Amino acid sequence: MDKYLEMIRIRFLMMLAYRTNYYTGILIYSINIGAYYFLWKAIYGAKTDIQGLSIAQMTTYVAISWMARAFYFNNLDREMAMEIKEGKVAVELIRPYNYLGMKTMQAFGEGIFRLFFFSLPGLIIVYFVFPIQFTWDLGVWGLFAISILLSFFINTELNLLTGITTFFLYNNTGLIRAKRVVIDLFSGLILPMSFFPGWAQEIMKFLPFQGISYIPSMIYTEGFTHQQAIAALGQQFLWVVILYLPILWLWSIAKKQLVIQGG
Amino acid sequence: MTQRAIEVDTLRKEFKSYSSRSGLAGAFRDLFTRNYKVVPAVNDISFTVNQGEMVGYIGENGAGKSTTIKMLTGILTPTSGKIIVNGMNPHKQREQFVQTIGVVFGQRSQLWWDIAVQESFRLLKKVYKVTDEQYDDHMNHVIKTLDIEPLLDKPVRKLSLGQRMRCELAAALIHNPPLLFLDEPTIGLDVLVKLKIREFLKEINEKYNTTILLTTHNLTDIEALCDRVIMLDEGSIIYDGALKHLKENLGDGKELQFQFLEKVDLQAVKALTTGMPVKWALDEKEHIFTANVEDHDELVSMLIAKIVANYKIKDIKINETSTEEIIRNIYEKGAVEVG
Repeated sequence: MDKYLEMIRIRFLMMLAYRTNYYTGILIYSINIGAYYFLWKAIYGAKTDIQGLSIAQMTTYVAISWMARAFYFNNLDREMAMEIKEGKVAVELIRPYNYLGMKTMQAFGEGIFRLFFFSLPGLIIVYFVFPIQFTWDLGVWGLFAISILLSFFINTELNLLTGITTFFLYNNTGLIRAKRVVIDLFSGLILPMSFFPGWAQEIMKFLPFQGISYIPSMIYTEGFTHQQAIAALGQQFLWVVILYLPILWLWSIAKKQLVIQGG
Repeated sequence: MTQRAIEVDTLRKEFKSYSSRSGLAGAFRDLFTRNYKVVPAVNDISFTVNQGEMVGYIGENGAGKSTTIKMLTGILTPTSGKIIVNGMNPHKQREQFVQTIGVVFGQRSQLWWDIAVQESFRLLKKVYKVTDEQYDDHMNHVIKTLDIEPLLDKPVRKLSLGQRMRCELAAALIHNPPLLFLDEPTIGLDVLVKLKIREFLKEINEKYNTTILLTTHNLTDIEALCDRVIMLDEGSIIYDGALKHLKENLGDGKELQFQFLEKVDLQAVKALTTGMPVKWALDEKEHIFTANVEDHDELVSMLIAKIVANYKIKDIKINETSTEEIIRNIYEKGAVEVG
């Protein structure tokens, strides 16, 4: 366990090594939140609520989804694809640790770093600029914390799955990009689930994507009742377990037919 | 009793090699079905290495050296055959097994690029579960010998190649493994760093009885370090034995170079030495006449006597066939006939 904690520390150091990335990140997220805020304001117009969400709830939803994204989002798939393509995975495999476990820990280190040095300051800035309703209900914060942790795992598992496909496809840039768009759209980051047509919502219930962004954001904005929130957490947890199985399976195949590129 | 560090029995690794069809129509056909053939990269090789041996593993580019190393380190699964390294199956018991080996890939870094060297060391220390005492005892010495103390707080990306390679070597030794794989560790390094690394490898071999398997294209490395070489060509072992033996048996020719004061015709020189087993060659640009003869003392002196008696000589050189030349000859012939 020691080595995994050490990896989180290393990732912190790596994030600090690239400070500029970090500052521009805050800027980009603020711009995104601002853009969506004005877009939604225009859509709402004179209406007080759409699909059961008020404009204030909507703004909070947007701000919270982007800030949560800073925590669960990572480029694990791209990193893995690069390591595999350049043959660096060879070095990872001569170390006495689980490659995927270590990757997850790296992503976790990155997530914690962004949560504290990026989401929190960002949220304070946004709070003063846009009319956001903050809840002070500790129970809501607790459920939200559990929920974004689960969304981190769902998102990371999807990234690992996409990353592993590099072993078979050798070049999966297209797949990685497609996955990213699908997650942004179907996770509820750009549009809350309740805005999708009814049949699409039905299908989405059977997909893992809404567990990434929609569920934590709805919990926070109190768009869900308490019972709904608990059920949603259960659903997230179920996906964490389900997505773990294909990873195990693909990884064992990948190791067998691994080809190290370049010498 | 000597222990076996590596045991390899009829090891084989095949790769599927895809070939593209030509032309646009061919490219479309490739979308649906692809031509491939199975190419053996390593072709049923067997060898054993004892604990404490330093073995040079050499071969041309693409001969299968790196593939073998990758199977020995548990990265690749063999197609067939048996490998036992440090008493374990590298692929099956990977996590436990890699605790007992150290690997340096000359062409890829195992340190973290963006962070200071000592942070990488610290992480590796945790990863290999090295205690503080073990680390201090062993690594202080390594750091001193490789002279990397002043580099420890610099990020890896700011190090020169020579500095980085020394750090890589230290990183591979953090857990003081009984077996060390070095895949072209001196590639692109200057003479001083090369010498330092060689000295260091010799020292740890003596001190800890570390087994070292070294692949390189730099034969001076092999000559300086290894008593034994395993030579690979197109996936098969073509020689396995002492380096000295190889030199004695195949490097028994001498090369004589003459430069004359006056203009001399190659035909005339050839005519002069008819009856002697001499092969002549002429470097047109420099006007150097090269004679390849077998190493009989009398033959060399007879040849020189005959030439000196007939021509005025500006310069004369006698060279022994170098290991490099021996190896080149072997590659060209594709087999070793050790008599």
